[in-house]
Amino acid sequence: MSTAVAEVPVESRVHYLNASYGIKSWLLTTDHKRIALLYLASITVMFFIGGAAAVMMRLHLIEPAGALLEPETYNKLFTMHGVVMVFFFLIPSIPATLGNFLVPMMIGARDLAFPRLNLLSWYVYMTGAAFTLYALISGGVDTGWTFYTPLSTHYVTTHVIATALGVFITGFSSILTGLNFIVTIHKMRAPGMTWKRMPLFLWAMYATSVIFVLGTPVIAVSMILIGAERLLHVGIFDPALGGDPVLFQHLFWFYSHPAVYIMILPGMGVVSELVTCFSKKKPFGYLFIAYSSLAIALISFFVWGHHMFVSSQSVYAGFIFSALSFAVAIPSAIKVFNWTATLYQGSISYDAPMLYALGFIGLFTMGGLTGLFLATLATDVHLHDTYFVIAHFHYIMVGGAVMAYMGGLHFWWPKITGRLYHDAWARVAAFIIFIGFNLTFFPQYMLGYLGMPRRYAVYPAEFQVLNVMSSAGASILGVGYLIPFIYLLWSIRYGPIAGPNPWGAKGLEWETPSPPPTDNFEEPPIVAEEPYGYAEQERAHV
Amino acid sequence: MNALSTSLALFLAQWPNLHPPAASVGAERFDRLFFFLTGITLLFTTLIFATIFYFMIKYRRRSEDERPPATKQNLALELTWIVIPALICILVFFWGASLFFANARPPQGSMEILVVGKQWMWHLQHSEGPREINQLHVPVDVPVRLVMTSEDVIHDFAVPAFRIKMDVVPGRYTQEWFQATQVGTYRLFCNQFCGALHSAMDGTVEVMSPTDFAEWLRNNATSQTLIQMGQDLFARLACNTCHLPDGTGSGPALEGVFGKQVRLATGENRVIDEAFLRQSILDPASLPLPNYRPVMPTFRGQVNEEQVLQLIAYIKSLSSAERTPAP
Repeated sequence: MSTAVAEVPVESRVHYLNASYGIKSWLLTTDHKRIALLYLASITVMFFIGGAAAVMMRLHLIEPAGALLEPETYNKLFTMHGVVMVFFFLIPSIPATLGNFLVPMMIGARDLAFPRLNLLSWYVYMTGAAFTLYALISGGVDTGWTFYTPLSTHYVTTHVIATALGVFITGFSSILTGLNFIVTIHKMRAPGMTWKRMPLFLWAMYATSVIFVLGTPVIAVSMILIGAERLLHVGIFDPALGGDPVLFQHLFWFYSHPAVYIMILPGMGVVSELVTCFSKKKPFGYLFIAYSSLAIALISFFVWGHHMFVSSQSVYAGFIFSALSFAVAIPSAIKVFNWTATLYQGSISYDAPMLYALGFIGLFTMGGLTGLFLATLATDVHLHDTYFVIAHFHYIMVGGAVMAYMGGLHFWWPKITGRLYHDAWARVAAFIIFIGFNLTFFPQYMLGYLGMPRRYAVYPAEFQVLNVMSSAGASILGVGYLIPFIYLLWSIRYGPIAGPNPWGAKGLEWETPSPPPTDNFEEPPIVAEEPYGYAEQERAHV
Repeated sequence: MNALSTSLALFLAQWPNLHPPAASVGAERFDRLFFFLTGITLLFTTLIFATIFYFMIKYRRRSEDERPPATKQNLALELTWIVIPALICILVFFWGASLFFANARPPQGSMEILVVGKQWMWHLQHSEGPREINQLHVPVDVPVRLVMTSEDVIHDFAVPAFRIKMDVVPGRYTQEWFQATQVGTYRLFCNQFCGALHSAMDGTVEVMSPTDFAEWLRNNATSQTLIQMGQDLFARLACNTCHLPDGTGSGPALEGVFGKQVRLATGENRVIDEAFLRQSILDPASLPLPNYRPVMPTFRGQVNEEQVLQLIAYIKSLSSAERTPAP
């Protein structure tokens, strides 16, 4: 199928990919676009490590007594799956790759405000990843990604410290990225790029950065305290030492709930761009979408206690946290309605990125609505720590965040590489992922309602049918993720030349060649029009 | 594909089992709210999916130089889809909260079972004396209150058929209650990850008719009731040398104190409940009393959580014998 494009024209133009060669030119680069690619390669490796752990778990769960592993090994696998996917894939995914690449381009800047800090953030990330991978290789850790005390500080003998240190260190890469984005968006917008002319992706990046900067220090503190109690026996969480085990949960979720929005807000930003471009319509309710990102970032800091309704937290605290959790649902609903309304009277095409975007809206809607079951005090009691929770947050984080990441990657791939991937394969893969995803995770809602607890290496026989369905879905999902990996790599060398704007999209990043020159724009752009002027653009051609 | 079709066939064969048994008063109330929420979810999902599919077909791109009209903003529409979901949220929130608060308060006079979780088993203690591991026998139609603590890490005592779940936390007492409505055997799970054999920390709740339960109690009768065990321990640990009934010892009399308020030497007011008694046994220095010298030693390390619960049961019994109506 690729014979047609075997004759690749010789590229003579100088751009960021061929401006310099050699390993040093990559490892010491301060070009935000190259750093984005360094991150892209790193998180892809982490994604497949975390994914491999998931595949092993789903294989194991085909049999009620466990088909494959010892319980201890199973516990290590779900811990590693959680730690790797949350801290080393989902949190950096869109911000550190697409965000790094696009934030300066979308506002018409040459680079981020602090290019060297940006490179440092990647090295910090890699150092954190090294610690975590060391823990993985040297025997693993079995606390769950949540590190609940006093289990993690006193009762397990595995590599808690190395893992916690990995999480601690990689947090600083988030802080650096967030700081860089905030300063860049404030100070480096091109002339005429007012706040209300910014693409919605940037609003989402800005909201995400605020959470990065304000939330991440708290997870760092929690990890330090775990180390202090484990190594120095300072009594903080362990009641045997005079500590309070539930305190840890407060600290942990104070970061880790906003972290959920670190994962989904960038996805919402990507989907806002995709829906707009592929329906050739200005977004319906631009300001509502933009401000709802900020509202989500703000409220997300005050809902952490909904993870703790049955933790022995005061029932009155539970009352407040439940109310605030409903409050954060509203801005999310606003976005879904506005995306849907954007399609109205549009000119909708179904290229691969749009398929991912529509998949996102559907799966995010289901994940969001099932979140209401968990925000409701009485229903959470039964569903807490069951597979219902697993299904809910995978609908948000995989059905939502990963679908958006894949959509964004497909959308900007021609800009990043200058090449087009194979369109038919891309659409097929999007369908396979959608189907595999639902088959994997929808049965888990039912398992949770039936009462199957999460983190069980063995389970009662009556849960087997649904578990087998879920495992079957996981194998389809796994294939779905491998296909893009292959055709995207293929396209780098053999794909047809993309041209500056293959989708007919609006936005400054499309007004420069693909791949962009190292300085992004041949001359600094001046913005003189509202964003997403699809209707205006078409009219101008008449 | 083969695995898929077999599992689909199996799945259809098991269709009726997708609803877990609802065997308690709380379970029925829970299910009403759960099904309401499921209805809301289905309604909105269908609405959004149908709209998207309709737009996808109706407004599909027919030619490359199509010119869609400019987007018109519509404030009324925006407000509509803010206000309607907000109203639904408020309704569900209050419904869920009222049910939660009702479930948080065990009825007066509930039968009490003591639960101690430890890696990886459940110790269950009836006040009549019998002790069980990983299996709990209770009578039908009687409210049962579980008073729970842990010897090591955080566990969680969950019975899906009763729709109850509560963390079992070391260093403190938590509680939950249920009133079973159907005789039968129901699964109990540890729902909080507690280490290597977490998934082996399960068991069953056997709900029995009152006569069967009375017979079970007879067959499993122990030489002592829980209170008697506590009384023995009270003497064995020589608590009775200081805590004399007439109040002349170097410690306060314990008769009639349970449930009362006490003012500490620090000025703090505390209610004497199970948690207070546990703290005074394990960490007496943290609860200085105004008219007593802090001479009581800690019993940490000398008694395990189950023995603490026995002592508490005995101390509570000293108050129930002469209970007077609350002022």
